Amino acid sequence: MIDTTTLPPLDDLIACPHCDTIHLEQDLPEGTKAYCSRCGVLLLTSEPQAIVRLVSLASAAVVLMMAAISFPFLDLDVSGQHNATSVISAIMVFSSGKGIPLAIAVALFIVVLPLARLLALIYAIGPLVRGSKPHRSARVAFALTEQLRPWAMAEIFMVGVTVALVKVAGLATVTVGPAFWAFVALVVITIFNDQIMNRYSIWKALDTGFNA
Amino acid sequence: MESTGHGLQRLITAREAGLIACTRCGQVHAGGAVRCKRCHGPVESRDTKSLQKVWAWLIAGIIAFIPANIYPMLITNTLVEHSESTIIGGAVQLVEHHNYGIAAIVFVASIMIPIGKFFAIAYLAISVHRRQILKMHQRHKLYDVVEFIGRWSMIDVFVVAILSALVQLGGVATINPGVAALSFALSVVFTMLSALAFDPRLIWDADRTD
Repeated sequence: MIDTTTLPPLDDLIACPHCDTIHLEQDLPEGTKAYCSRCGVLLLTSEPQAIVRLVSLASAAVVLMMAAISFPFLDLDVSGQHNATSVISAIMVFSSGKGIPLAIAVALFIVVLPLARLLALIYAIGPLVRGSKPHRSARVAFALTEQLRPWAMAEIFMVGVTVALVKVAGLATVTVGPAFWAFVALVVITIFNDQIMNRYSIWKALDTGFNA
Repeated sequence: MESTGHGLQRLITAREAGLIACTRCGQVHAGGAVRCKRCHGPVESRDTKSLQKVWAWLIAGIIAFIPANIYPMLITNTLVEHSESTIIGGAVQLVEHHNYGIAAIVFVASIMIPIGKFFAIAYLAISVHRRQILKMHQRHKLYDVVEFIGRWSMIDVFVVAILSALVQLGGVATINPGVAALSFALSVVFTMLSALAFDPRLIWDADRTD
């Protein structure tokens, strides 16, 4: 039986989302991380400037996304016949007939959801950079960023592109366009962003409302 | 993180202390809370319907995986031939063209990961109720891997999408997606939902009843 009367105030506690173990939250020295002492899940990080970096990288990624969807992505050349494809036209190809569900899925996974994630993140933590209070729906926006994480598949798309290039190599000459490189940069930024983003630290920052 | 002192002499769970924790933001609430005061998400001591959802999505995923392997993924038309290839057929073709690395990626992402995931999720869901050979930590590791790796199965769907967008050269050569592309995408989505529905806290609860 646990004596609950000796527990510290609830707001000083943090519960591990994976194994429910409760920990007493403490101020971490800069640049250190705190893991759950039972199951080892990362709980908190104390990365100075993490929020500033997140916002600036996310803004850069939004610009890159615009470039990635509008410029030519790949250009196919078979005995004089050209077919330049941008990401948008790749999606449009399916939009006739039985390809529609697949077109919608691909558009969601590689453009809509990654973009929604970036914009929601900027909206949620952007004001914290200036030291002002977060927007009223910042929490909803940040929860959305977290929930969309598994469904934004830009990096998987790039591996798919590589496989497709190899498959088509025997059939035709393929040249990569500017959008391809924009997408590569976008993927690198997204992976880096997810590395430095610690959701519990950000929830804390949204709570206290100052630049953590 | 230190968990000693201030009344936390040993590792206890929020549930044992009569508290409810939010899995989205880590905030701890007094018993009886239904909505998190920090992130406004729903909170529950344990997701009691977790396993039901896990099984439902898992079965849907396995069902969708069957047509994904029977029907063609890619339909290729060139001046001289018309060919249809299934998921396995596509991997075999790559081996025949000596692209072993790429063939391995396709095989791992489209065959091994989905099937491995079916077994892993089923095992996790069953093991919640019984004493297990695998330790908590190993099962928790398995859960982490399943959650991380599931989305990578989408590779083949994207390959089909890119190929069919790229190879549209009128009479010379066209590539179109087959029925399997959509059923495979659905299978991956269903198994991802199944893994997401699993409440990992259930793995650790069994620890307490020993």
